[in-house]
Amino acid sequence: MADFDQKDLDAFTAEAESWFKDNTPREVDFMLPLTFMEVGTDEQFNFLRDWQNKVYEAGYLGAHWPKEYGGGGLHKAFQDAATRIMSKERTPIMLNAIGLNWTGPLLLDRGSEDEKQKYIKGILSAEEIWCQGFSEPDNGSDLGNAQTRAVRDGDDYVINGSKIWTTQGNYADYMILLARTNPDAENKYKGLSFFLAPMKADGIETVPIKKLTGEYGFTQTFFTDARISADCLMGAEGEGWLIAMQTLEYERGARSGQAGGHVMMMSDPGDIVRLAREAKLNGKPAIEDEAVREELVELMTEARALGLASRRGNLAPLTQDRPMSLALGSKLSSTDFYQRLNAFAITLQGTRAAYYVGDDSAHDNGIWQRGYLNSFSATIGGGTSQIQRNIIGEHVLGLPKG
Amino acid sequence: MSAYIGPGINPQIGLSEEQAQLIDVAAAFCRDKSPIDKVRALLDDATGYDASVWQEIVELGWTGIAIPEDFGGIGLSMAEIVPLVEYMGRALMRTPYVASVIAAQALLKGGTDAQKETLLPQIAGGKIAVLANCEDHADWNMENIACTATAKGDALVLGGMKYLVPHAAEADYLLVSVAHDGAPALVIIEAAQLDAAHLTREKIIDDTHRTYKLSLDGLEVSKDALMDVSLAAETLAHIELTGSLLLAADMCGGAYACIDYTLDYLKTRKQFGKLIGSYQSLKHTIVDAHQAYERARSHLYSAAFLFGQQGEGELAVRMAKAEAGEAMSFAADRAIQFHGGFGFTYDCDAQLYRRRAIMGCALHGDARYHRRKLADLMF
Repeated sequence: MADFDQKDLDAFTAEAESWFKDNTPREVDFMLPLTFMEVGTDEQFNFLRDWQNKVYEAGYLGAHWPKEYGGGGLHKAFQDAATRIMSKERTPIMLNAIGLNWTGPLLLDRGSEDEKQKYIKGILSAEEIWCQGFSEPDNGSDLGNAQTRAVRDGDDYVINGSKIWTTQGNYADYMILLARTNPDAENKYKGLSFFLAPMKADGIETVPIKKLTGEYGFTQTFFTDARISADCLMGAEGEGWLIAMQTLEYERGARSGQAGGHVMMMSDPGDIVRLAREAKLNGKPAIEDEAVREELVELMTEARALGLASRRGNLAPLTQDRPMSLALGSKLSSTDFYQRLNAFAITLQGTRAAYYVGDDSAHDNGIWQRGYLNSFSATIGGGTSQIQRNIIGEHVLGLPKG
Repeated sequence: MSAYIGPGINPQIGLSEEQAQLIDVAAAFCRDKSPIDKVRALLDDATGYDASVWQEIVELGWTGIAIPEDFGGIGLSMAEIVPLVEYMGRALMRTPYVASVIAAQALLKGGTDAQKETLLPQIAGGKIAVLANCEDHADWNMENIACTATAKGDALVLGGMKYLVPHAAEADYLLVSVAHDGAPALVIIEAAQLDAAHLTREKIIDDTHRTYKLSLDGLEVSKDALMDVSLAAETLAHIELTGSLLLAADMCGGAYACIDYTLDYLKTRKQFGKLIGSYQSLKHTIVDAHQAYERARSHLYSAAFLFGQQGEGELAVRMAKAEAGEAMSFAADRAIQFHGGFGFTYDCDAQLYRRRAIMGCALHGDARYHRRKLADLMF
């Protein structure tokens, strides 16, 4: 079934294993972001950009993307092997997530030759950072109602409006932008168009948003008569909703083609067992408490199911009843799981639960507290867990829309 | 590949070609042989199953799947039995199949050579063997045994009472756990030794099942009926895992079918001018039930894949049993609720699933029991 030589894959894997062993940064004297949504300082940004570039130059990112655009031109199995090694080694995350996971595959699947030539390599090398301009202050889950305007003026579009939750907005070179080109279209969806918009243009301003953790990572992006070339339009006017929906399918894992590597480093469920041994509840290790043990087992059982589901997805006879189920369900199950894992971890710490990152008394330097607060970025971003349940209900189980 | 990186465990799952084929075969067979009107007709039947369907199962060779060829079987493994039982669960089908597989596995693990040579070919050929292990103490611990087998010359005198013995009235052989010389043991009783006084049909929650109390008082068996005493503990442990795997499969199938049944209602029933499946309180809850089912199914096929492996196999089976039991229980509990007034009637199938789930959890340990065992295995 494979159109590659297993020996080549084995050799590639062995080389990758030794490369990541040798090159994975181990000691960093600042807090490394665990997800691409937590890049809040220049120090973090520069470090991760260099790391992604290094991985790409070594041939372990986009290894299966076409060679003519900057990829490695290999079979997907090679990139999968490299990605697995990165996960196993718990290497720092890939920075340019929106480029690697959503924009890149979108361009490769439906972009023009010019667009592929222009953007793919910069996505992989992290020389060009991408952000996403879908949500607006008044239109979050109701994306189809986006009101940011794009008005054609000669060879340009003039953009006015505001986008929010722009991850890495202050660092980005480009934005995938959903904007309204026709407010009078027969329905709200058909009035939308999709742009590959430069961020370094007059009239585009980003304002960092302070997250619930007190840190930065997102911006609000303001467009005030910002002019972008008409070439930035992807597809045709009115196709914006269609293209945005395809983009969300990459984001939600329902479509493949991602460049590889991980963009979210989830806490290892094994860490919570260590925590339960170390943390004291009522004077005894938390792990000796019957209720704690039962909940721990439940969490480990769920963690195992997450890993099994991604492998089961490759066993066609075990997905035939509802073919989209595992793919569309994975965002909901994994993000909810990590939220509960972190919340549970806090309850193992007795009075220490009160401490936060930066205090000597905090357990594990407060990573569980911080991780819990940050976990909401994943249960809200990319379609809230409630929207995910609608999607699964409607697209997997065939229930009627509300 | 998902952009989310998974946990540090390296779970294992795989599917044999035979398993993949059996999924299709079992799906068609169970759908065909156990439509819901058939299931309902059997609710009042004395045996609770259709003898002709059982005969077909035997002729298909399914009773010998995990029995080695040397003993008249096909020589595959428990992994290939899982899809069969899963699809039987989907169709709420009942036959002595699960009981017979458990008995065969018990014999394979702890029977004497003579017993294996005599009985396994018979079981492969459709003779019904069942296990009698439950007692009045209601304990899932298989080694907690009050029934006794006491030596008297060349014979063993049996005493005590067994509970929840499946299909005992139709069984040809009964494998009974007893205390012998103060240690756990298993003895084999032939049906011919029993008369009506020994068996009492039980009133159980699952109308698709039949169980009996078995009185051992006054029964004598030859010493040859004793299974290998040195392997008794190991055999009982194997029975627990075998039973757990099969019930996980049955309940995983039950969860799927129950969700499917409820979805039909949510897509057709209207209230306040709208299909009730469009309301998020119902939609989101059935999605949660579905997600729990998918988790259970991933665990089930991992357990099938790892069955028999030291350590890993036990871990996977216990997780599968806990997850399947909870998935079917939740799906069926909500199925009753979501059917509203109709859900409260005997005519609504939701109760069949809910009752079968309670039965499935009651046998070989519920979720809490398995999680406690898992905690001791893992931490």
